[in-house]
Amino acid sequence: MTPATPTATPAPATADAAAPRRPARLLRHSLVLTGRSLAKSARNPGAMLNGVLTPALFLVLFTFLFGGSVAGSTDAYLLYLFPGIAVMGAGLSGMLSSGLAINIDMKKGVFDRFRSLPIGRSAPLLGSILADVVRYAVAVALLFGIGYLMGFRVQTDAASALGAVALMLGFGFCLSWVTVFLGVLVRDENAVMGFAFIAFIPLMLGTSLAAPVDTLPGWLQAWAGVNPATHAMDAARALLTGTPADGSIIRTLVWSAALLAVFCPLAVAAYARRR
Amino acid sequence: MDDHAFRTEGLVKRFGRTTALAGVDLHARHGTVLGVLGPNGAGKTTAIRVLATLTGFDAGTARVGGLDVVRDADRVRRLIGLTGQYATLDEELTGLGNLVLIGRLLDLRKPDAVRRAKELLDRFGLEDAARRPVATYSGGMRRRLDLAASLVGRPRVVFLDEPSVGLDPGRREDLWRVVRELTADGASVLLTTQYLEEADALADSIAVIDHGRVIAHGTPSELKRIVGGQAIAARPRDPHRLGDAARILTAVSGHGAERTSTHELVVPVDDDRSLFEVARRFEEQGIALAEFSLRLPGLDEVFLALTGGDNGASDRGAPTDTATARSRA
Ligand SMILES: Nc1ncnc2c1ncn2[C@@H]1O[C@H](COP(=O)(O)OP(=O)(O)OP(=O)(O)O)[C@@H](O)[C@H]1O
Ligand SMILES: [Mg+2]
Repeated sequence: MTPATPTATPAPATADAAAPRRPARLLRHSLVLTGRSLAKSARNPGAMLNGVLTPALFLVLFTFLFGGSVAGSTDAYLLYLFPGIAVMGAGLSGMLSSGLAINIDMKKGVFDRFRSLPIGRSAPLLGSILADVVRYAVAVALLFGIGYLMGFRVQTDAASALGAVALMLGFGFCLSWVTVFLGVLVRDENAVMGFAFIAFIPLMLGTSLAAPVDTLPGWLQAWAGVNPATHAMDAARALLTGTPADGSIIRTLVWSAALLAVFCPLAVAAYARRR
Repeated sequence: MDDHAFRTEGLVKRFGRTTALAGVDLHARHGTVLGVLGPNGAGKTTAIRVLATLTGFDAGTARVGGLDVVRDADRVRRLIGLTGQYATLDEELTGLGNLVLIGRLLDLRKPDAVRRAKELLDRFGLEDAARRPVATYSGGMRRRLDLAASLVGRPRVVFLDEPSVGLDPGRREDLWRVVRELTADGASVLLTTQYLEEADALADSIAVIDHGRVIAHGTPSELKRIVGGQAIAARPRDPHRLGDAARILTAVSGHGAERTSTHELVVPVDDDRSLFEVARRFEEQGIALAEFSLRLPGLDEVFLALTGGDNGASDRGAPTDTATARSRA
């Protein structure tokens, strides 16, 4: 500590400086916290690889295991498989990272620091999830790279491809709120991990990922038919490879909106209540 | 608007079956320091957390800058800075990163946030560690960074929960100077501590709490008066001369001298002239002294007299002068 220069001017820097409009402030605070989360990712990129490695593994495995038998050739199968894998990449990053990061934050002192600052109650949650969206975007870009190397080419136009990416990210964003809610509610981080892992299998594999829904066994067909991830995968497939959309885009949007509408308020309320 | 920087009245907080606060009244005027003293589990941290809008409560009122901490939580948060008992830092970020983050969340523009962060890092002797992750900081460095973190927004009311724990004596002096600078700038401080010396040095008034209740409140000298007048303390260099020294003290003061575990003798005196008489006789008898002083009872004496040491004797009547010596034991 250097000798006393009473640096503080009496005018408080923060108090009562005509509080700017609320939504703008919430977004700004959230983005600051997004920056925090991304700075950590940049320092420790290993954690992000999960969202890339698992789908990439499925991509390679399924292509060479089933490619011949399901679609006749691995190239044809890659065209079918890849969009679903990209959705899995976005969904997986969403399921794993935000809920866990929030859960860990809340157990650390930094949670108290945020709560003693004049920021919106949802800013730490929103900030963390927005950072996730950036991370999914990276994961999806890497998956596209891997897909390209394996021979996947977009069959439609650039606008549709961008639409597909936006849809995946939007779906991942909305899905994140479910795990964030759990991350806030459950104290034990291992339980959060465990849940995400258990939910991953039916949610991402009980879908049209590897084969069209109508070729699945009856019981699985029923589940895959209502599974929002199926719709997201069908929609991505339609936008990337030109298969008929059959309302899957609308259904994905509706599902995403519903997940957001239910779990975002629940997560924020649970977060505000935790003391 | 009320002229208190912060004020609680009849504050009650229960955790399940534990009553952490059983009707606590704390208050401080603008620009003053309230020291809150109490043994472990007394409710100090809980009281701070209520005032800092982190914890709800079951009954009573709590206001900061005239604002209700529940209804006006957001505006209260604009006024306060908190250094909790446990560090509230992001371990993965650097020291600079932590302070800039807080500045940005307090609506400072990026360059202003960086400037403010650097200023505070300098002030707390952390400039060399500014770009290292907090995970690599020593305990005392974390403590100082946490303190810096609470000052980023130039708060008008600062809550410090045992801020000097883990600081070496030099750093503790620095902390004290920072607290004095804060009040010189017109900010108000609530400081909890186990170091009675610290409350004595910094606080304009002191509240002693125990079992969730304020058991004494007043200025440091008012509290000292509760325990009694002045005392002479003497520690002969040679422990074998304790007997001789005790005889001299008893003869001059007319009171029995208490012997402490550190081979110190303490005796209450009625006026300060006794000191010279005692000194003369020590010299006459050739008793060399390691320590020799005339003093007011320390706050630890007050504290022990009020809380009755280890257990529930806080309802004991007016403490006697033996309190002085007993607390030294
Ligand atoms: N979150 C909690 N859940 C349950 N009990 C709690 C909680 N926080 C505090 N308590 C209890 O409330 C009482 C007061 O605790 P508090 O932390 O306020 O004490 P303190 O005076 O700060 O003690 P110390 O000097 O050890 O920090 C204690 O009995 C403690 O066990
Ligand atoms: Mg405490």
